[in-house]
Amino acid sequence: MAIVFEKPKALADVTMHYCPGCTHGIIHRLVAEAMDELDITGMAIGVAPVGCAVFAYNYFNCDMAQAAHGRAPAVATGIKRANPDNIVFTYQGDGDLAAIGTAETVHAATRGENITVIFVNNAIYGMTGGQMAPTTLLGQVTQTTPYGRTEAANGYPIRVAEMLATLEGAAYVERVTVDSVKNVRNAKKAILKGFQYQVEGRGFSLIEVVSTCPTNWGLDPVEALDWLREKMLPVYPLGVYKDKFAQEVGK
Amino acid sequence: MQRILLAGFGGQGILFAGKFLAYMGLHDEKEVSWLPSYGPEMRGGTANCSVILAEENIGSPIVSTPDILICMNLPSMDKFEPAMEKGGLLLYDSSLITRQPEREDIKGFGIPATQMASDHEMPTLANVIMLGKTARETGLCDLSTAEGVMRKIVPEKKQKLLGANLKALALGYEYQ
Amino acid sequence: MSEKVLMKGNEAIAEGALLAGCRHYFGYPITPQTEIAAYMAKRMPKVDGVFLQAESEVASINMVIGASAAGKRAMTSSSSPGVALKSEGLSYLAGCDLPAVVVNIQRGGPGLGGIQPSQADYFHATKGGAHGDFHMLVLAPNSVQEMLDYTYKAFDLADQYRITAMILGDGILGQMMEPIDISPKEPAKLPPKDWALTGTRGERKPNIVNSLYLNPEDLEALNFQRFERYRQIEEKETLHETYRTEDAEIVVVAYGAASRIAKNAIDLAREGGVKAGLLRPITLWPFPKKPLRELADKVKAFVVAELSMGQMVEDVRLSTESLRPVYLSAHTGGVVTTPEEILEHIKQAAAN
Repeated sequence: MAIVFEKPKALADVTMHYCPGCTHGIIHRLVAEAMDELDITGMAIGVAPVGCAVFAYNYFNCDMAQAAHGRAPAVATGIKRANPDNIVFTYQGDGDLAAIGTAETVHAATRGENITVIFVNNAIYGMTGGQMAPTTLLGQVTQTTPYGRTEAANGYPIRVAEMLATLEGAAYVERVTVDSVKNVRNAKKAILKGFQYQVEGRGFSLIEVVSTCPTNWGLDPVEALDWLREKMLPVYPLGVYKDKFAQEVGK
Repeated sequence: MQRILLAGFGGQGILFAGKFLAYMGLHDEKEVSWLPSYGPEMRGGTANCSVILAEENIGSPIVSTPDILICMNLPSMDKFEPAMEKGGLLLYDSSLITRQPEREDIKGFGIPATQMASDHEMPTLANVIMLGKTARETGLCDLSTAEGVMRKIVPEKKQKLLGANLKALALGYEYQ
Repeated sequence: MSEKVLMKGNEAIAEGALLAGCRHYFGYPITPQTEIAAYMAKRMPKVDGVFLQAESEVASINMVIGASAAGKRAMTSSSSPGVALKSEGLSYLAGCDLPAVVVNIQRGGPGLGGIQPSQADYFHATKGGAHGDFHMLVLAPNSVQEMLDYTYKAFDLADQYRITAMILGDGILGQMMEPIDISPKEPAKLPPKDWALTGTRGERKPNIVNSLYLNPEDLEALNFQRFERYRQIEEKETLHETYRTEDAEIVVVAYGAASRIAKNAIDLAREGGVKAGLLRPITLWPFPKKPLRELADKVKAFVVAELSMGQMVEDVRLSTESLRPVYLSAHTGGVVTTPEEILEHIKQAAAN
């Protein structure tokens, strides 16, 4: 009998801790598939964040570091500058990347560090139990915005892809999601491209993945995907926000 | 052991003059320390610098009671003259400091270094003229030794200034 | 012997790091230590090294974490408020058992404080420096030559024990110039960095650099291991020097720039007929408890001279088991003690 579907080799054979219906599992798989396809697992060094993906260091079959909250891009900078031949990526959530680690994110991008950042945006702090994130939508109820996020009290959600696209140092910035087969395929292509750019020495790339958090949103997995499509995508439109080398590499 | 304090405005080359004296000590194979005052101002404000030349290991690098005091402005002389050791030497720029030293238990030497520098079209080298005078009055070294040290410490990219520096040294050394 | 060169203490630190093979420096400007960054910015490109001015102190220590995790000798430097910002990283370095060299050229505090010399970060440096159970190995040079020598040594110690070695200086030592010898040194034999992140290359299991342990028994076991290593450091690496203590009745304890001022005070005291001596801790952690305890049996009293409101004095009292009076001669905020003031305290201690 022929095997038609198996676990990517870059993914460790362990049980993940993610909640049922959470999209982290899909995104992990896409990262691992990209590593397999580019045959870079043996050269890869990942940096795990603080947040739901903190245990990412147990899930990938490559060398891994675990960074302090928000500092993954700085740690990745240190690794990449020390060992430029390694393929260095970070995997970060919205609180990590766009709140406590905003400076590290922006400056790694503006320096054009030759690293790949996987940014998982689910509009909430998952690990600590559902507090407001920098990407929480206006009106969205969380543990720390029990009456809904208001612009008066909390300001507006940050659009990371759009913001980083303004920086000359960023080579490639795309926002994708994983709510459907088609979008999963697109997400895969984007992640692959992010790694490919690094292999080719093209500089900083960030792939923002709009994701779900059924547990903290208080929805079941299917409802969560609907909520993502209805509420999140209008605020976080999908697409390529920056591709310095689009013409060179072709679309 | 000589404990030297140099003081003036920022931008007068006080720290460089101190460095020159430190290199002179190094040339004589002495123990040497050089400690600048440092502050938020880059130019203007006050600058001073402690230099110690010694035969033995140097303890504190801070000179609070100098044997040799080199002043390039009045506030410095007002501040540090009272702190000098008895029998100390006070060298001051008499074109900027119009008063005489007040202490009678020290020896004072005025030299119109800023005026001389301007007369010889080397307005930034009053500090080096002071150094020439200092070398002579303190007996720290003769002119040719001082010139040798100057050749060593003028940075490579400023070599074209060497001639003027040597001239300024000689002007100060020979001033009576 | 090579010719001596005049160098600033800050530059000597940078040169010591380069001699030790450090090719990764990450920093952020702050007075009075910026010469270190400037020197590195000039030299690193010429030795195929990395100089990076980070966006913050926080980022710079995390870059050190990255480079060190990647198996390379890495350092950062700052002054008091900047080192406070690096604290988070200091704790992660310890939790990940990563070697690193961190320099603190202290200035007056708290808060933005001032920019004049101080020793007010003694507690921060020697009592952990951030959250969690850990120590840094703290070296306190007192001359420009030692700034170079101990920075060089700091890299060896850091690699040997997988610990952060901190150079604790002050504005005087950073800014002053003295003639120094910068000839190369014999490299030490050190354990291989088989834990480093270099890519598995399909040849080994993944290496993980991590400080998260949700099972308390695991975390405790790891901390026990770490503290066993700290015990070995205390046993083998404690450094101090003494000056005229053989027959001393009053022993001054001082480190860094204060120890040089104290030395003058001791000479003055001896001239005046008071038998004074100096014990100068070179490692502040581990602290030279044993020689202090031994002196406590012989002397009349101790005077601790520090540029802070009495921080090291606590370690002196503990080390001497308070068998003798311990007096404090302190200045703070960037004001520097004079030999005469310390002399006064020596005389008072002798008279009491």
